[in-house]
Order: sequence, then structure tokens, then C-alpha cells
Amino acid sequence: MRFKAMALATVVAALAAPVQAEVKVGLITTLSGGGAGLGIDTRDGFMLAIEQAGRDDVEVIVEDDQQKPDVAVQIADKMIQSDKVDVLTGIVWSNLAMAVVPSAVGQGLFYLSTNAAPAQLAGPGCNPNYFSVSYQNDNLHEAAGAYATSAGYKTAFILAPNYPAGKDSLTGFKRFFEGDLAGEVYTQLGQTDYAAEIAQIRASGADTVFFFLPGGMGISFLKQYADSGLEIPVVGPAFSFDQGILQAIGAAALGVKNTSSWSKDIDTPANAAFVEAFSARYDRLPSIYAAQGYDTANLLLSAIDKADVNDDAAFGAALMEADFDSVRGKFSFAPNRHPIQDIYVREVVQEGDVFTNKIVGTAMTDRANEYVDQCKM
Amino acid sequence: MSAILIAEQVLNGLQSGVMLFLMAAGLTLIFGVMGLINLAHGSLYMVGAFAAAAVAAATGSFLLALAAALAAAALAGAVVETVVIRRLYDKDHLDQVLATFALILIFSEGTRWIFGSFPLFLDIPPWLSGPVELPGGILYPAYRLALIGVGLAVALGLWLLISRTRLGVRIRAGENDREMIAALGVDISRLYTVVFALGAGLAGLAGALVGAIQSVQVGMGEPVLILAFVVIVIGGIGSIRGALVGALLVGLTDTLGGIFLPELFKLFTDPSSATTIGAALASMSIYVLMAAILVWKPTGLYGARA
Repeated sequence: MRFKAMALATVVAALAAPVQAEVKVGLITTLSGGGAGLGIDTRDGFMLAIEQAGRDDVEVIVEDDQQKPDVAVQIADKMIQSDKVDVLTGIVWSNLAMAVVPSAVGQGLFYLSTNAAPAQLAGPGCNPNYFSVSYQNDNLHEAAGAYATSAGYKTAFILAPNYPAGKDSLTGFKRFFEGDLAGEVYTQLGQTDYAAEIAQIRASGADTVFFFLPGGMGISFLKQYADSGLEIPVVGPAFSFDQGILQAIGAAALGVKNTSSWSKDIDTPANAAFVEAFSARYDRLPSIYAAQGYDTANLLLSAIDKADVNDDAAFGAALMEADFDSVRGKFSFAPNRHPIQDIYVREVVQEGDVFTNKIVGTAMTDRANEYVDQCKM
Repeated sequence: MSAILIAEQVLNGLQSGVMLFLMAAGLTLIFGVMGLINLAHGSLYMVGAFAAAAVAAATGSFLLALAAALAAAALAGAVVETVVIRRLYDKDHLDQVLATFALILIFSEGTRWIFGSFPLFLDIPPWLSGPVELPGGILYPAYRLALIGVGLAVALGLWLLISRTRLGVRIRAGENDREMIAALGVDISRLYTVVFALGAGLAGLAGALVGAIQSVQVGMGEPVLILAFVVIVIGGIGSIRGALVGALLVGLTDTLGGIFLPELFKLFTDPSSATTIGAALASMSIYVLMAAILVWKPTGLYGARA
């Protein structure tokens, strides 16, 4: 009896051996509702890299989280339990990431973040299986503060929505801004009318305005700001100046400085090839979300070539090497598995009919993040 | 805090109030005449904004865009009324809420299917862009002044329509006793379609007007819808006059609360916690207002029935 079982096991193992080990990736992102543009770019960037690699040992399952934490958790559970994925990725929003990531990495999966990178997961909540390929959430805001300081601004009026990422944003800006604050305002999340805040800016006497208003909030703010006749220069993180939404803001955004870890004019062969391939494949210019999705997929492919995804230590080490050709040029990981990278200052320009960004300087060089020391792995 | 800043904020409050009125007027009319809770009203607002953005992009004319917004939203309203809403009048409110919620999802995904996932561009016409100087040295955007004007003109027009025309008589009669006016020979189902299309057209107009200074995107109607419900509850369900007063109250409370509450708390605590507490209280302020008014007048300011 025992012999029979052993023989059977041997046969099964022999049958299984020639089939190449397949890596299953679950991509959870926002594909419907108001935030869909971000998720669609993430997915398209990620899938572009997978298609270009042309390999059949990586299977990607894509699901829509509707920008709802509860839906994201359900999808993650389904992907982990019935689809048996090895790696999760794709979440755009920090509140959704906080709902999904700790439990997923707790169950031994790898999570590669294409965007959301809240402070909690960089500091005490860091995990060997969690990698942020985008940035740490504070980075672009810190860079905006550093830029405002180096541009010689003395008093800043700063505003952000009243939710955790908004508070982190203003904290990040203040960390590197050496001038004074002429005002600090928390707006409502999803607010569409900024007339009241613009009147306060007018009365404040600030010489620069920093704002973090992602998505539609930023479109509303910039259009209304331009119409108010105020001339105080505006600085912000890349989120409100993304390729997807710049066309909706139009000329109101021209000349605005914004900070980003990626730009379509970063002068590397990998980036030029990516911008060209993305534009050809999807008939639109890529956004930062698409670039981050693309980098994430390439990082994953590089690690799959080096190690078995079921060997946590080896696969984690392979990811840490970051041995892929990033569209951002130089890219490496800090000990808490968040990027070390340059953060650029871009200016909104018009190229033909299209509004886009061009790099005008570097705000921070080789920036890691504030939370490296708090991470004990 | 200067007098100019306060005056400017009062104008801002008025402007957001009259735009809310355009939404709330249709909502309250539909509820008053047909007894229907229409959650899809925000979708009609979105339809108006998208129609305006599409026509403005194609023709370059803002006035044509406004006309298109009115027409598209009214048409969408009429179609929705005949195809879906008509079956819901004798159902209870839960069925109405479920069906109109389904309409929200259909409108949102349908719009995304047609226009894509990225926000559209709709800008202020050149002849209304930039600020104008008001007496007292207040610099105020011309477009926002125009919004106040349009909103008040629509309010006046609605009042004339309801109080001076045959359609208005029928609408008022329909609010009071729909069986009786049906018995008197009024084609009640056509009246319902007209009222629904009128309400939808107003929502579409508001969407287009506001879309020019905000973001034209899928789901833009839902936040406004919630405020519009607060407005009609404050004003008294079914009352146009209540909708106007309620909208102005909500607009002013929302705008002024967001500015003055943080300033008020700065008198007691340090600036950063004052900002946090003030911002938190400001976002509650309209609901506190609603609760206070309901305690004082349980049917709303001008509400006739319980």
C-alpha cells in the first residue's frame, strides 16, 4: 500500500515537472466610477510590460475594486483563496491598500504597490513581502516643499482635503519648506467649489500656494483659481497635473510647477521606448500611473527570472535587487522596500493641441523616505 | 478678517446656493407632484454637463452648449420617465429608491462607455472669464456673478410658471389631489412626463453651468444630489419657495461655516487643531442646520404635509 502511494506520488511529480512553474498575479484596481482613469492607466501600463515580455508563465487576473475598500478586500480574498495568486498588485488608493495589504502579506503573498504607499506600511507596519515600486506617499509633497524653498518663496498658503493622505501631504510639504505659512486649510474630500478658499488665499498675502487635490478636485480648483485673477504661483504634486486630467483643466494649468518621480521626457532609452510603445498600443500618452504599472510588471518579471515565487526569502531578495530597466532611470530600494529615486520639478506646457509636462529641474536627488529607521524587519 | 473677504464669501455662498436651487427645484417638484424619490437626479445633472462639454468642444459656442445641456437632460428625463419611472408611482419608496439607484449605475457606466474615463474639458466663455471689480473694491469672477443672475432668473421664471400658467395650475392641482385632476380630464401621465422633463432640464442646466468651473466627470452629480436632498428637506418637500430659501441657507452655511469656524476656534486653541476641529465642524454644519430646522418645523420651512 505504502509502495503504491509512493509510486503514485512519483508519477504525479514526474508529470508535473515538465510544466513550467506558473506565477499568478492578481491585479486589483479601479476600473469604474470617477477614479477609473487612474486604474485603467495602471492596468494598461502593467499589461503592456507583460505583453512585451511575451511569456506564457505569468498569468494576470484583473478585477475592478470600484474604489471601495470592502470590494477590494472581497476581491483579494477571492484571488488568494480560489485563484491561488502568488502576487497582488494594482491598488491606487491608500485607504484600499490599508484594507488589503496587511492581510495579504500576512498570508505569505507578495504585494507590489503600483501607487499607494501610506506611511503606516513604510514605518512600523513594513513587511518583507511588501514592496512599493511607486514612491512613499510623502515624497512628492516633500519635493514640492524643497522646490518652494529653493525657488525662494517665503510664505506659503497650503491646502489639502481633510483625510489621512491630505494630512500626510501637508506634513510632507512642511518637512522641507523653510518659509512661513500664510495659511493652512483642510477642504472637504470631494469638494468641488473652492471660491471660499481662493478668497482666503487672496487675503492671505502668501507668495506661493501649495495644494494637494487629486482627481476632479484639482481640476475644479485650478479652473477657478485661473478665473479668479490671482497671480500667486501654484505648486503641487503630480497628481493634479496628470496626463489624463490636464486636458480637462486646459490653459488654466499652463506654467504651473509640479513635482513627480516620473515624466514622459525623462531622457533614458527605456523611457522613450515606453512612451512610444504605450502611445502606439493605446493611442494616448501615458500617465505616471501607467509608468508605475509598467515598472512594477518589469520588476516582477526580473524577479521571476531569478527566484521561485514560493521561496519567500529568495524571491524577496530578487525583488530587492531591482534588476530591471526602470523608466525613471536610476531606481533602487531602501531597506524598508520603498524606492530611492530622484524627484523632478515639471512645468505644464502646451505641445500642439495637447497639454503636458516638461522637466525643468530636480527637486530631490536620491530621496528615500522618512520612515526607513522606523521599519524593523 | 476684512470686510472685503466677508462680502466675497457671502457672494460665494449665494452663488453656490442658487446653483443648488436649480437641482433642488426639480427634485422637489418631482417629489411634490408624483410622490417619487428620484436618486437619479444627479445623473441628469451629469448628462447636462457632458452634453455641454461635447457640444462646446464641437462648436465652440457656450450658449449652444447650454441649450444642448437643457435639451439632452430634458430628453433623458422624458425617456427615463416613460420607460422606467412610470411603473414606480404606485410602488412604495423603497422600490423607487432601488430602481432610481440602478439608473445612477446605468447612467454612470453608460456615460463612461460613450465619453471614456477621463474628465472632459468645459471652460468659461471668454466674454465671461476673469474678475470684475465690484463697488468697494471687491474683485469677483464675472462668471460667478452670471451664475447668480441665471439662478435668480430661473427662480423667477419657475414662480411665474407655477403661479401664472395653465401648466402651473395643473402642477399645483397634481400636488394636492392627483385622482381628482385625472377625473377632471387632465392627461395625468403626460403631465408627469412634462414635470419630470422640466426637473431634469433644470438639473442639466445646473450641471452645464457648474461644469464650466468644475470637473466634468462621471459621478459628479452624486455629491450635489445629497446637498439637494438636504435643501428640500429644509425647505419643505414639494415647495419651490422652500427649495429657494433652503438652497440659499445651505449655500451660505456651507461656505461661511468653512471659513469662519476655523477662525472662531483659533480664538480658543492653537492654529493647527483649530483648523482640524473647524474643518470637521464645517462639514457637519449643514446637517446641524437641517436637524435644527426639523426640530423647530418638522415638515421643513414651507412644508405642507408631514
